[in-house]
Amino acid sequence: MREPVPRDAHDGLPGPARRAAGALEAEVLGILREEGRPLSPGEVRQRVASGQRGELSYSTVVTIVSRLYDKGLLARQRAGRGFAYTPVDEASVAASRMSQALGSGTDRDAVLTRFASELSGRDARLLRRLLAHDPAATADDPDRERE
Amino acid sequence: MWPLYLPLVIPALAGVAARPLAARLEPRLATWLLTSATVALAVCSTAALALLAGFAAARAPALAALGGYSLEVMQRADPIPLPAGALAALALAGAAVAVVVIFRNRARGLAESYRRAAGLPADSIVVVPGPAIEAYALPGRPGRIVVSGRLLDRLDTGRRAALIAHEQAHLAGRHHLFASVARLAAAANPMLLPVARSVEYTVERWADEHAAAVTGDRRLVAETIGQVALLATPGHRRAPAVAMGIVGQLTQRVSVAWAGPVPRRVAALLASPPRRRTVLVAASAAIVLLAGVSALEAARDLHALLELAQGGHQASRQWPPGFLPARITRLI
Repeated sequence: MREPVPRDAHDGLPGPARRAAGALEAEVLGILREEGRPLSPGEVRQRVASGQRGELSYSTVVTIVSRLYDKGLLARQRAGRGFAYTPVDEASVAASRMSQALGSGTDRDAVLTRFASELSGRDARLLRRLLAHDPAATADDPDRERE
Repeated sequence: MWPLYLPLVIPALAGVAARPLAARLEPRLATWLLTSATVALAVCSTAALALLAGFAAARAPALAALGGYSLEVMQRADPIPLPAGALAALALAGAAVAVVVIFRNRARGLAESYRRAAGLPADSIVVVPGPAIEAYALPGRPGRIVVSGRLLDRLDTGRRAALIAHEQAHLAGRHHLFASVARLAAAANPMLLPVARSVEYTVERWADEHAAAVTGDRRLVAETIGQVALLATPGHRRAPAVAMGIVGQLTQRVSVAWAGPVPRRVAALLASPPRRRTVLVAASAAIVLLAGVSALEAARDLHALLELAQGGHQASRQWPPGFLPARITRLI
């Protein structure tokens, strides 16, 4: 679910940077909030580098933004071959907590009408056949594509 | 005593007929028809159970003394076997408990939903972060459409519009109420459960047809549903190129009669819009009406029987012909 990073990217952080992972995340988040437009990991790296901190490797920045994305603090959109990231606003973060809270209750299905539920294997095959005239209908998940 | 048993048999028939009806009728009409049929049949079958139990209970000496009617006449004329009455009383108690439990759960769910909706920003569409692929309508005042940002990222502009139009139809049409009312009615009589599930399906179809009308593109809506469902299903996100290229099979008609709701919705959108089916609607309404008339007839029977027992055997001779249903006078 994250951008391609070298397998050892987490462990590859230099000692001090690794200890300061939380601080780095906060810094990246701050940069993105200030910017007000989506930034690619490369652009984030330039901005980190222009601060007092020493240069970070590209894969370190990718690791940080991927982690923030997984935490639900960043949203992303396709930009060329990779992604550009924007911070998620506070209201949305609150809404996410709400959705999690509702998700834990048994009454959720009773009240919420979901757009499309999970499919059984048979239904998934049937669906593909129904929509088979148009390959775009079942377009690949961009994440999976890259794995 | 067919009027007593008919309201108990018709819900089973409705359970079988619900799915074919939901597939053929225009969704909005189907939703109204199936929801009102569920409620009407639940009321009729509950009334029939109450009458069955009532007939049996009327033979109890204590009740006879209390009501001041002749126990002898009642015991001789009562057409309901005691075990049937006892069974009906049991079923009645079970139904009462089920209705209370389902009602409480739904009411709590709805209250929770309203509370959550009130705590959200004023926008009608709320984008939530995180890894989930989901979109749903959150009932409230006003209701909100909740979509995960991850899902929005995957959809192009046209499909986003289709998704939003679908969810807006849910909120504007208060579709959760139809589904909840039908479910509540089915709690009173589990034979009606397939009908309640069909209502859940027809409200989805209703919203799909609304989205098709808004976007002006049935195929677009079908593709959106397909894409979202596949994205939401782990392990099926990748579309194998091989499966897409089986040209020979594509010319065949794909049968979705026994499939889950998503393929049926997609197939319905790929087909032409639903036609009006006046005969089908009239026939369904007539059968529900029959259940109602039967229940009323049975109630009249019990009432007549009680009158008879109260008046004693002699009095009944003086009643004008036709005052009592033939079924009862035959028993005297």
